[in-house]
Amino acid sequence: MNAPLKNTVPLSLRVPEPRARPGDPIDFSGLVVAPAGAAPRPDINASAYAVRDLAFTLVRVLDEANVAVGPWNPKLSPAQMKRGLRTMVVTRAYDERMYRMQRQGKTSFYMKCTGEEAVASAQALALAEDDMCFPTYRQQALLIARGYPLVDMMNQIYSNAADPCKGRQLPVMYTSKAHGFFSISGNLGTQFSQAVGWAMASAYKGDSRIACAYIGEGSTAEGDFHSALTFASVYDAPVILNVVNNQWAISSFQGIAGGEESTFASRGIGYGIPALRVDGNDFLAVYAVTQWAADRARANLGPTLIEHFTYRAAPHSTSDDPGRYRPVNEADAWPLGDPVERLRDHLIASGEWSDDDHKALEKEAADLVRAAGKEAEAIGTLGQSRPSVKEMFEDVYKETPWHIRRQRQELGV
Amino acid sequence: MPAMNMIQALNSAMDVMMTRDPNVLVFGEDVGYFGGVFRATEGLQKKHGLTRCFDAPIAEGGIVAAAIGMGAYGLRPVIEIQFADYIYPGYDQIVSEAARLRYRSAGDFTAPLTLRTPYGGGIFGGQTHSQSPEALFTHVAGIKTVVPSNPYDAKGLLIAAIEDDDPVIIFEPKRLYNGPFDGWHENPVSPWAKHPDSEVPEGHYTVPLGKAKVVREGNDLTVLAYGTMVHVAQAAAVHAGVDAEVIDLRTLIPIDIETVVASVKKTGRCVIVHEATRTSGFGAELSALVQEECFYHLEAPIARVTGWDTPYPHAFEWEYFPGPQRVADAMKRVMEG
Ligand SMILES: Cc1ncc(C[n+]2csc(CCOP(=O)(O)OP(=O)(O)O)c2C)c(N)n1
Repeated sequence: MNAPLKNTVPLSLRVPEPRARPGDPIDFSGLVVAPAGAAPRPDINASAYAVRDLAFTLVRVLDEANVAVGPWNPKLSPAQMKRGLRTMVVTRAYDERMYRMQRQGKTSFYMKCTGEEAVASAQALALAEDDMCFPTYRQQALLIARGYPLVDMMNQIYSNAADPCKGRQLPVMYTSKAHGFFSISGNLGTQFSQAVGWAMASAYKGDSRIACAYIGEGSTAEGDFHSALTFASVYDAPVILNVVNNQWAISSFQGIAGGEESTFASRGIGYGIPALRVDGNDFLAVYAVTQWAADRARANLGPTLIEHFTYRAAPHSTSDDPGRYRPVNEADAWPLGDPVERLRDHLIASGEWSDDDHKALEKEAADLVRAAGKEAEAIGTLGQSRPSVKEMFEDVYKETPWHIRRQRQELGV
Repeated sequence: MPAMNMIQALNSAMDVMMTRDPNVLVFGEDVGYFGGVFRATEGLQKKHGLTRCFDAPIAEGGIVAAAIGMGAYGLRPVIEIQFADYIYPGYDQIVSEAARLRYRSAGDFTAPLTLRTPYGGGIFGGQTHSQSPEALFTHVAGIKTVVPSNPYDAKGLLIAAIEDDDPVIIFEPKRLYNGPFDGWHENPVSPWAKHPDSEVPEGHYTVPLGKAKVVREGNDLTVLAYGTMVHVAQAAAVHAGVDAEVIDLRTLIPIDIETVVASVKKTGRCVIVHEATRTSGFGAELSALVQEECFYHLEAPIARVTGWDTPYPHAFEWEYFPGPQRVADAMKRVMEG
């Protein structure tokens, strides 16, 4: 029999901790930011192994002077960039209004995507209109970019008589098949692997459409994330697998999801999925990597994993107070800046935009949102107006079975 | 004795047990530094240390599985699932593993874990912050299922659960965290401090698992309820003007059959109330038990008042919720029957 092995030191349990909590000095010193333009842009048919370094760096296009540099520069036309900027600015104005409305008691709940607008705004521009997105609750910019009416979004948030979800869903849980926007689930991660199934179906049918899935870095801990990667890899599904790493999952920093040990992008490598890590606050970089991933998917080269490195500048939701778990001004100190300001400054630096243009855009966005707000509020805010109570019993099944019919009669509706 | 709301009482139970037993530790999503989204674990990390109250990755299956492994080692983990609506990724670990470990290993390994999770509606939480999934667990042999209805019981039941050698799930009625909500949703809820069950001893005590409590004595009919519905049933009895005996089951499995049977034999009538959907709900089990044990004493058909067989709808919360009016109507029906 072997002698029992002895540890040189007693075992100890490690629980990771963020660098700064409320009251501590803000500390982003652990963050390694690769220079803009440094990451190579491989051919789309490169193997996951060949491009593995891209999972550990940051693909960046806009440099410190807001000039677009390097092989990932997507060379967008000024018109395209202005369209992207507009989506971001409208999204921000929309978020601000709806957050305020919740604070005024006009609805029960709201979630902003402030600081993360570039992710969905750039992706909407890089994807085809009919590619199917499987979003989380922080991709409202997809709907806005694809022209879904703001007033319908608001009607959903107010659960009013014109609510497309018929009063059944928590605010922000939009759905619109016509806009390639899959019904949002409150259960984290579930949609990530469903997107792979949708992509498999598209491949099965010889279609040209691809799927685009989203998950927060916190939710990559769920089994669904790992199922998605396995299925995407095994069936070479035409899907873009986006991890939006905004550093915080409610009060848990990204280290609680394993982000201190390796990047979220690097999860793809073990599955043989090409994986990129991108500066999520750099509109042009997000556009470029998405286009690369979409080209791969459309060329039958299978899935790509993209980690969008960004920061949740907003509270998690209207139920949250970030001052209880992170330094108050951490968002302002985020080394990768603000996505709206960076694209704005790039356009200005290229002579395509001015402060006045930007102010005019902000005003246009505020007016647009206000007008939609007035329209939705005229129908009614939460509790003032709602769909018929009958709607509670509809759509449980295609045809309502006797027992649910009887319950509806018991309620007298 | 200090007056505590339900959150404070639950917090006190964990604090007491962490102080007494180094094998007790607490983890779950956001429970560490932050103290949980409902603040039930506030201050526990600061007081007992980082490795005794910590954040878990967002993986309910992982949380339950880790607790099973720790239990197998000999610890007594207390885990929080942030909302009962998010328990499903952990369902396999609960049903196939925690519930059966003792049986399949002939007692060689056990899973003495305690799982706390807020359940129930009435907070405009929509379909993913309002569910009452208790029947999915009462159906599974090997798990105990507990639902407190007030601060005193919440603390005593949680301590009993932590000390219990089997896996216990505690469904905490989140609508009762801050006050004894009775279902008249347009009225303000009085705080727990005004309720006698908010007097909670600071130290160690238990409320035994498997024991119901008669919270209102009466002769006309028996109401079987748990959690939020205990308060709704009492309000309904007043509203209906019926001399109802209201039983707070407190533990669903193992159920306190003696207390149920003694009451129904006395009153001859029975109304069962729960917030969960009706079909295959725990009320169906209760109804079958009462019929089997009390058939010759029943003077009217048993009535069930429950949530409807639909998801919990955001805008129709109060039509969905089996409030005091619906319970009172059922009481009157049963009195006529
Ligand atoms: C299965 C499941 N578990 C827990 C929750 C509660 N919850 C809602 S959002 C959230 C944090 C998610 O963080 P992350 O995935 O990083 O996305 P972010 O909110 O930062 O965009 C949690 C724990 C949930 N909705 N679903």
